[in-house]
Order: sequence, then C-alpha cells, then structure tokens
Amino acid sequence: MRRILLIAVLMLGSAGAARAEESDADRQARWQDLRHAVFGDRTVEDGRGIITLEAPPRALDAALVPITIDLPGPAKVTAVYLMIDENPSPLAGTFHFGPAADTRELRTRVRVDAYTLMHAVAETEDGRLFGAEKFVKAAGGCSAPSTKDQKLALERLGQMRLKPVGEASAAKGDDAVQLLISHPNFNGMQMDQLTRNYTPARFIQDVKVTRGDALVFDLEADISLSEDPAITFGVADKASAPITVEVHDSANATFKQSFDLPKRGT
Amino acid sequence: MSRRRLAAAVAGVWLVAGSVALAAPLPFPVTEVASGIFVRQGVHQDATAENDDAIANIGFIVGLDAVAVVDPGGSLDDGERLRATVQAKTDRPIRYVVMTHAHPDHIFGGIAFMADHPVFVGHARLAGVLIDRGEYYRKRLVDLLGRDRAGDYEMPTLLVTDTAALDLGGRVLELQAHGAAHTDNDLTILDRQTGTLWAADLLFVDRVPAIDGSLAGWLKELAALKALPATRAVPGHGPPVVPWPAGAADEERYLTVLATEIRALLAKGGDIETAVEQVGLGERGKWQLFDEYNGRNVTAAFKELEWD
Repeated sequence: MRRILLIAVLMLGSAGAARAEESDADRQARWQDLRHAVFGDRTVEDGRGIITLEAPPRALDAALVPITIDLPGPAKVTAVYLMIDENPSPLAGTFHFGPAADTRELRTRVRVDAYTLMHAVAETEDGRLFGAEKFVKAAGGCSAPSTKDQKLALERLGQMRLKPVGEASAAKGDDAVQLLISHPNFNGMQMDQLTRNYTPARFIQDVKVTRGDALVFDLEADISLSEDPAITFGVADKASAPITVEVHDSANATFKQSFDLPKRGT
Repeated sequence: MSRRRLAAAVAGVWLVAGSVALAAPLPFPVTEVASGIFVRQGVHQDATAENDDAIANIGFIVGLDAVAVVDPGGSLDDGERLRATVQAKTDRPIRYVVMTHAHPDHIFGGIAFMADHPVFVGHARLAGVLIDRGEYYRKRLVDLLGRDRAGDYEMPTLLVTDTAALDLGGRVLELQAHGAAHTDNDLTILDRQTGTLWAADLLFVDRVPAIDGSLAGWLKELAALKALPATRAVPGHGPPVVPWPAGAADEERYLTVLATEIRALLAKGGDIETAVEQVGLGERGKWQLFDEYNGRNVTAAFKELEWD
C-alpha cells in the first residue's frame, strides 16, 4: 500500500504541470479505466433525474472540498460510489444504505490532489448504475500539510458530534443530520522533512450508522476524506431510537457513540 | 543539515558571492518608523515571479552594538536586498534574525544572512512547523520563482516559549510567543523605549487578514496586544506603521464579523457551503485581495468553530 502511494506521489510530481492541460479525451479515458476497475463491464447510465453531484468549480481549500450528492428519487438507491478520478486512490467512499436511510441528500468533504473529474454513481435496487459528473479545479489537497494542532487532534481523536442541519426534509418528518468525526485522516502523503519519511497513514476505513437496530448507512472510506470528516445524511424518522455511530480506522481503533436526536421544531 | 539543504546553502553562498562580483544587491527604500526601526513595505499581491515574493513588511532594528533583522524576507533576492539595506544604514553587525512565523513570504530570505552567523529566533513551535510544512512551502515557491531565486529559510536556533529579551546595546527587544492566532507560531516584538510594537502578521491593514491558526485565538491575542504600552505598530501587511491601538480596529472588526456570522449560521444548522457564500460579504470592498482570501478564511474558521 505504502509503495503504491509513493509511486502515485512520484507520478503526480512529475506530471503536475501537464495535468492542468490534460485534454477532455484524456480525462474521459481515465474515467473509463476507473469505471471498468470499479464496476467491470456493467453500464453506468446517464444519471440525469436520478443523481446530481455538486462541488465548487474552483476549490478554496484543496484539502477540504465540500461536495453534495442529490438523489431526488423516486428510484430506490441502495448504494452511492464517490470517485475523484485523479486522486491516488480514486474511490473515495462507498455508501451502502439500509432501511433507516433517507437517501435524498448526502454531503461530505474531500481532498483533491489535482484538477479532476469527480463521479458519483448511484446503484438502484434493481441493480442499475446511474452516474453524475463534475469537474473540479483544485490541486495539492492530498499532500497539503495536515492539521496545525497535532496535540488537539490527538486529544480529540475519535470524538464525534451529531446535529440536525438544514430545513429541506423537516416538513416531511425526516431528519437531516451532520456527523462530525475528529480524526486527522492521515493519508500517508504528508512528508516529514527531517526524516524524509511520510507521516504514516492512519485513516477512517468504515463508518457505520444505525438507528435502533436498523442500518442507516455503512460507508467504506479511503484516504480522500478530509481530516475531521463530516457527513451530512438523512434518516427516516420511523422511530425515536437513538442513532449509533461506529467508526473503524486503519490503526484498528474503533470509536463508538450514540446520540439522541432532538426532535425538530418542538 | 541534509545534503539537499547543504547543496542549497552552498548554491546560495555561491550566488551571493557571484552577485557581489557581478552586481551587488541593491538596497531598497525603507521607512524609519521610530528611532532606529526601519520597515520596507511589501506589495499587496500574492507571490509571483515578478514580485520576488517581496510581499510582506520586513525590516530591522538597530541598537548601539548590534542589529536585529525582523523577518528576513520572502526570497533570496528579498533577503539579499534587505541585508544590503542594513549595511547601507549601519555598520553594526546583524546579531539576530527574528522569524515572526513560518509563512514563506517572511522567511525564505533567511539564507541571505548565513554569512552574518546570526542567532535565528522563532516561536517554540516554529521548528516543528517547518519540519511539517517547510518542504511544501519550498516546493511551491520554487515552482513560482525557480530554484535559484526561491531562497531558503534557516531553522531557528533560539526558540521562544513565552517571552525572551534580545539586547542590542542600549535597546532591549521584548519578544512574545503567542497562542494560535494568525498561525500557531506567531511572535511579536515590543520596543518599550520607543513604544513600538512589531506586530507582524497578527496585524493586517488594508490587505485582508489570512487565518491559518485560530479565529477565536486571534481575537484573544489581539485584545492582549492592544493593552501593551505601544503608541505605534508595524503590521505584517499594510503601511510601514500605524497608530496603536487604533490601527487594530479594521482587523478586529473583520475577524469579529466572521466569528459572529459563522456562529449564527451554525446555530441555524447551516453548512460550510452556505458559510462560504454568505459570511463576511459586508467586508468586501474594504480590503485588498478580499475575494482571494475571504472564502478560505471562512472555511478555516467554520471548521474551527463547528467544534465549539
């Protein structure tokens, strides 16, 4: 894994200047390779009306690029794949939804290493794939120096917050909530100048959210999530059961916390 | 010193020697803001090949026995010209080179002062930050200026944990290390005898402040600085000198606006995208480079305050 990352870094370093000039054809070819690697021979259909991906066209902070995936329905979505084509590990995350999910909106924050196409692909319950695409201008988000306050980061490691956000779904009795997880999400690409070593990767691999006994989502994550990952998602308001979040990282640490969701508008 | 840094140092010395033989670095104009305190005003731009990263206010303080350089400049050329300016103004030796924080526009001229064998002074956290970020800063500056012109920083040899005093002969500079504010390694200098505070990047005037430490921390440190017995201050970006504490008003207002608006948005369940679109817009038109930095500031501040 480390060696693969290093090679990726070297390639990015040498290709950096050329990358901004990469042609649309090159980008599409890369996406086809990536699509094949993730989905094999399955077709990814045009996702218009089923899935949209929003991201700032030019990122303010390449290490914290907010993205929004809208799934207006009515197609029942069972999973969403988020891909940042030019990142060293392009599959940033896979969300598998359970019965307690309200899948209409999903937000998170990612690192972007170079000018890139991003793809969000929805898998519906009948097994079809629908894709949405966005071009983002940002660079250096993977090798950018990480958190300023290492001491605070360690003290806060694994702490979580869950809070209601937005107003979109409140009227329908569903809750949109934001989960914040304090974790440096070291991706192994930040260099220590004295030792010439890379800060060892330590990143969140899995985030499992349940409400009562029912799954909201299970996220398989990778090094592209921003530090202190933030995920905004919907939960179907079928019961007043608490929401439990279980986070597992690559250092084999597990963080678990339960939250009573305050009733909205009461 | 790694082989690469040694090579860079050798190259730097060679360049200094070479440029002396060909064309000595030209002194630049400085303003004497108080007796013996000289400041060169930086331009309100981001670093480019054209401006040589000479974008920060840098300068020096002259005592009876010795000189303290305060921020050695943003590139090799910036540092060499500062050194030539010191030599044009005084024959006192450069005993100290103070680095007010780790940002490249303030420290990459450090290599120009190697021949003076000064004490390089920085915040206790500066060394660690340079270990983490120095290579990244160097790469970015080399991309802009080229390896020959980018210069390099020196590692601090005197670390300030809380306060320190630098005796220049007949003049003692009081250094103070701050909690996270503009960065997490900010150092300021008080020259009590002239009532001058060298605030460096804890004070931005005209150019929009950039948050790379802590918004809440910056407001706290600023309040403490305002209480110091100083009648004038040297901003890190802005005019060479402003009256103190009146000169802090714009920055304090901007930072307070960000904190107030972000907290109000957080209380409503607002997200970071909305914050970037809305927060601080009343300040547009009051600052240079507002559009380049406000969104980043809001992003950094939102990320900080959402954990309150």
